[in-house]
Amino acid sequence: MIRSAIEVVNLRKSFGKQAVLDGISLTVGKGSIYALLGPNGAGKTTLIHILSTLTAPDSGYARIEGCDVVQDRNAVRQAISLTGQFAAVDEVLTGRENIAMMARLSGLSPAEARIRTNELLRRFDLEEAAGKRARTYSGGMRRRLDLAVSLVVDKPVLFLDEPTTGLDTISRRSLWEIILQLKQQGRTIFLTTQYLEEADQLADEIAVLSGGRIAATGTALELKARVGGEVIELRNAQDEVIRAIPTSGDVQDVRRALNEAASACPSDTRVVIRKPSMDDVFVALTTDHPIESKEATLA
Amino acid sequence: MNFSRSTVQPASFAATNAVFIGRSIRHSLRNVEALMMAIILPIMLMLMFTYVFGGAIDPSGDYVNYVVPGIILLCAGFGSSSTAVDVATDMSNGIIDRFRTMPIRSVSVITGHVVASLARNLLATGIVIGVALLVGFRPDAGIGDWLGALGLVVLFILAFTWLFAAIGIVTGSPSAASGYGFVLLFVPYLSSAFVPTSTMPSWLQGVAEHQPITPVIETIRALLTGTPVGDNGWWALSWCSAILAGALTWCAIAFRRRSGRR
Repeated sequence: MIRSAIEVVNLRKSFGKQAVLDGISLTVGKGSIYALLGPNGAGKTTLIHILSTLTAPDSGYARIEGCDVVQDRNAVRQAISLTGQFAAVDEVLTGRENIAMMARLSGLSPAEARIRTNELLRRFDLEEAAGKRARTYSGGMRRRLDLAVSLVVDKPVLFLDEPTTGLDTISRRSLWEIILQLKQQGRTIFLTTQYLEEADQLADEIAVLSGGRIAATGTALELKARVGGEVIELRNAQDEVIRAIPTSGDVQDVRRALNEAASACPSDTRVVIRKPSMDDVFVALTTDHPIESKEATLA
Repeated sequence: MNFSRSTVQPASFAATNAVFIGRSIRHSLRNVEALMMAIILPIMLMLMFTYVFGGAIDPSGDYVNYVVPGIILLCAGFGSSSTAVDVATDMSNGIIDRFRTMPIRSVSVITGHVVASLARNLLATGIVIGVALLVGFRPDAGIGDWLGALGLVVLFILAFTWLFAAIGIVTGSPSAASGYGFVLLFVPYLSSAFVPTSTMPSWLQGVAEHQPITPVIETIRALLTGTPVGDNGWWALSWCSAILAGALTWCAIAFRRRSGRR
């Protein structure tokens, strides 16, 4: 019995002299959502490409559902579905034709493909646009079509590379709902994102990728705890954050921070005490400076 | 209905090819500009060579019988070059990654483009011959000659389409790929397509007589209008087969290598 859906051990990949992945190890439990968080160029897409058999690693290994991504490539391909960074739909074909094509390529008969296509169009709210070419779709519709296409056959492991990049807030939220539903149906989902909120909302476990290495892993709560306790935010009369002071969260330290603030700030400064955000975590983990030296965080 | 991994077998090779061929033909039919080009270009060329240049080249009015094979190949070369753009468009889109991560032979996506190109080019060839007949082309060919000529044209189209498919894979950007189309458009002019090679300066004759298009043209001319074929038939078959084999190998290697680069 294999208990982990994805197992990655000491994976390395360089393009030319540049090490894109510099020794990555991670494990993803079956039926969970795992978020790989990192800025552009951190190596997120390269890792997804290796896990989805598109690129071979230089060293180390990765297994999906127990199958090696290099040696058992075909077995892996039967277990996974990749939704790439840019919606990978055929723009010349209609939404219906896109789904039907993938259904046929996945081995469904023409009759089965027709049934499945109708189901997916309904489920992803694309029935009205089914006969229109994908070129005319909005960003959100394109992403829904993209996901529908990747679900024509029930695959246990889904890779989503920046699923909501470029989407408006409403489309993003509706996509999050869909992703959470997919998890409830027992699928393992491995996603990459630049958005801290997305990782926070969706993921059971988060890995922060920075410079080809995993800077930290844990649940959103654990990661936030690593940064410390409450953050004291000082705001000016226009309610703009002028300074954020991290504290350990205990009374003495909060008093120290407030004393410091009281002596240094104009009299109309207001105070907000909040939990550290994922942004604080991100800044703390992906820069060389510890969070204490930051004058203000991104929040 | 639930289609799970355990109940659905991956698509067969034949089904995969059928799906990709259907896809590329849909693409061809929906790219109205390119389809119009494929139809109008042969008509324009046929009329231009017959009525504008024809009188000067051969005042007897018999030029149309000479030029038809050349125009067939000119159009086929031009038509197959658009495959480079189609393939490059696919290669620069995320859809190719999706195909590659499926348990299918994803190189069949190229086969789809090639078959669609063959269909477009045969349509163009039919139009060339139809217009030629209207403007005075009088072939002297039996059914066997026609079939032989058709077979050679199909082989020529396949060879050059696969060649352009390989170019589309390695260039990877549609605009770069389209630039290469023009190169082949000029090759037929340096052959016996429009004037006999004996009218060219001697240094150019060497080029014109030893490039692949001349024997193909001479063979089609021999089959359709009864000119002497000589050893052109064998040269035509050898050239086309060699280009086809080389292009297929190049495609296979280039398609595999692309995955490592991205």
